[in-house]
Amino acid sequence: MITAGVDVGAKFAKVVILKDGQVLTRAKALVGFDVLKSASDVFETALKAAGLLGSDIQRVVATGMGRNAILHKPPINADEAGSEVVAGAAGAYHIVPTVKTVIDVGAEEGRGIKVEGGKVKDFVINERCAAGAGTFVEAMARALEVKVEDMGPLSLKSANAIPMNAQCCVFAESEVVSLIHSKISKEDIAKAIHDAIAGRISSMVLRIGVEKDVVLIGGCALDPGFLPPLEKELHTSMIVPEFPEYVSALGAALIAVNPTR
Amino acid sequence: MASTIEVKEYPTEPLKCWEQAKNLRKNYYEDYLYAHEKGGLRWAGGAWSFSAIPAGLGEDVYCITGEPYGATVAFFKDYASKCHDATEAAGFPRTLCAYMRNYWGSILLDKYILTDGTVVDGYPPPDFIWQDHICCSHGKWYQLVKWLEKKRGKEVPMFSVDVSVGYPSDFSPEEEYKVNYIMEQLNDGIDWLEKVTGRKYDDKLLCEAVWNEIKATSLWAEICALNQAVPAPLDEKTMYSLYVMGTLMKHHAECVAFYQTLRDEVKNRVQRGIAAVPHERFRVITDTQPPWGFLKIFREMEKYGAVSVGSLYTFGLIGMWQYQPDGAWIPRPIPSRKPQTREEALQIIVRWTLHKPEWAHFYQPELKTKMMESIVKQWKVNAVLLHYNRGCEGLSLHIAENRYGLMQAGIPVFPFEGNMGDERDFDLAGTMARLTAFFESMGLKKLKE
Repeated sequence: MITAGVDVGAKFAKVVILKDGQVLTRAKALVGFDVLKSASDVFETALKAAGLLGSDIQRVVATGMGRNAILHKPPINADEAGSEVVAGAAGAYHIVPTVKTVIDVGAEEGRGIKVEGGKVKDFVINERCAAGAGTFVEAMARALEVKVEDMGPLSLKSANAIPMNAQCCVFAESEVVSLIHSKISKEDIAKAIHDAIAGRISSMVLRIGVEKDVVLIGGCALDPGFLPPLEKELHTSMIVPEFPEYVSALGAALIAVNPTR
Repeated sequence: MASTIEVKEYPTEPLKCWEQAKNLRKNYYEDYLYAHEKGGLRWAGGAWSFSAIPAGLGEDVYCITGEPYGATVAFFKDYASKCHDATEAAGFPRTLCAYMRNYWGSILLDKYILTDGTVVDGYPPPDFIWQDHICCSHGKWYQLVKWLEKKRGKEVPMFSVDVSVGYPSDFSPEEEYKVNYIMEQLNDGIDWLEKVTGRKYDDKLLCEAVWNEIKATSLWAEICALNQAVPAPLDEKTMYSLYVMGTLMKHHAECVAFYQTLRDEVKNRVQRGIAAVPHERFRVITDTQPPWGFLKIFREMEKYGAVSVGSLYTFGLIGMWQYQPDGAWIPRPIPSRKPQTREEALQIIVRWTLHKPEWAHFYQPELKTKMMESIVKQWKVNAVLLHYNRGCEGLSLHIAENRYGLMQAGIPVFPFEGNMGDERDFDLAGTMARLTAFFESMGLKKLKE
């Protein structure tokens, strides 16, 4: 059986195509203003990479904040739309069957998911604040005039702890500007930013409790500066799977295999 | 192709007494507005105030209770927004009780809203304030009303009754000092009412009003208990329009008569298997006041076959209950006889009111968790939706502890942030998305796309 999972996130659309439970291909691309077109383009890319036609896909499940944009709409015609929480748990459980806690940090949202046997037991999502998601790192990178992919390596060069008190992304930017004017190094500021986001995510995840194994997924898991402060805050080691940003799309593709799960 | 899931469909029908409920509420707001034209008196106070006491001043004494008024404002979001702007411009922070800000905003705007959303010029000031103190906002609310009215040139006398004496257990007699403390205040209050209104107090009217309140609040509990039936004859969204009568006029004969009619109709619905929603496969309860401007979240639940069968809030804000030795929660049996004297009336109403369930958790969050657990068990509830209500410090007090306690008891809990009266604190799209995730995590899918 060939299925596809399409995770239409705030920043990227990700596609995973499975054949008999094995990954055939993955593809991702930025989501533009036209969500359907962005998702359709990346879906097409994935089909080409796998040497498939749309008609070869027996079932498609959509997830992510833009999931409804592709539900029953050509050319993807997703058969079903499901939440990121259930998809993230399903994907993480497939990769790490001993998972008990999933931390999913994407561009727009941070989530903590308590999992038992692949099923969601409890979850928590950051409320109306970008300071607990990838957008925060991106905005701060702009303020520091560095590339977003350099933020993590930069932060790892610092051993100093500079507290950032701002509770929101907009005010945090003002705080970063103040730090720049105070001649604090970019390395220290980058670390302060990662410490801040880790602090916000950990306090949120602690509301549902943290139990090993802990799996970190989502685009922010690709940032090497994010994992150390998060592990430190939560006093636990974490597993970062290969292709962490595709885990929810994988979960959606797995749900497509077995719609009744 | 839209996916469709087959689920048993129950018969539904509208409530026959719906129009009666609408008219009662409409008349209540208008009676307060036009009280002076009828030669009567107006008073203001909270929905939990001892409203039977001013009833002894005569049958032409009309009140407006603050919280329901604040909720009415909240339902009409444009007007609510103007009230918020007015209170913030006057220097009050948006973190205060949202009902209180809606109420103050109306005074500041000098406009009064009716139940159909009509806004009339001239906020009608009360002739006196009769309030109780159970939470910090209740403590300050009318002190500020008095101040605001004074700025408009009206001196409004105010009397407050302190009720913060603790919650009596159902298995031990009330401690007499608690009862005496409140009774003494009510006796002083009656003298004060005579003084500030110049009217002679009528104990017969007091006894009648107390007896009405006892019956009305027990009857509402009886109606809520009928919702233990599967399918539930009432959904909570509908119950909001019904319990409100107890917050407006619990001491009135009209309220008793309405609840008797409603009780009989709901009983009949249960006997005939009439449901509130056609597809009921998952029962939830909520907690605290809902975000009034966004009641559509209840309609969203229905798409999953989920129905809210009530809450500690809708059951216990006005309804009176009693624990049985086996842990069951039953409508509180009314005293054996109607009071005949002022002393008896005050004794009965104080003892009765001290058992108000929604007062319990001001003292101990564990009591609230215990009550919610009882509801979950008796009303056959699958999950609890907790509204972290930024608009009400009182009813949100300890709510995270309640969440923890319910989770420990193995009950699935969905917390969501919002505000009963200020739409700026509610993220509709975000809440809907989280609700979807919650229902999916419970194994539910939309019945129809």
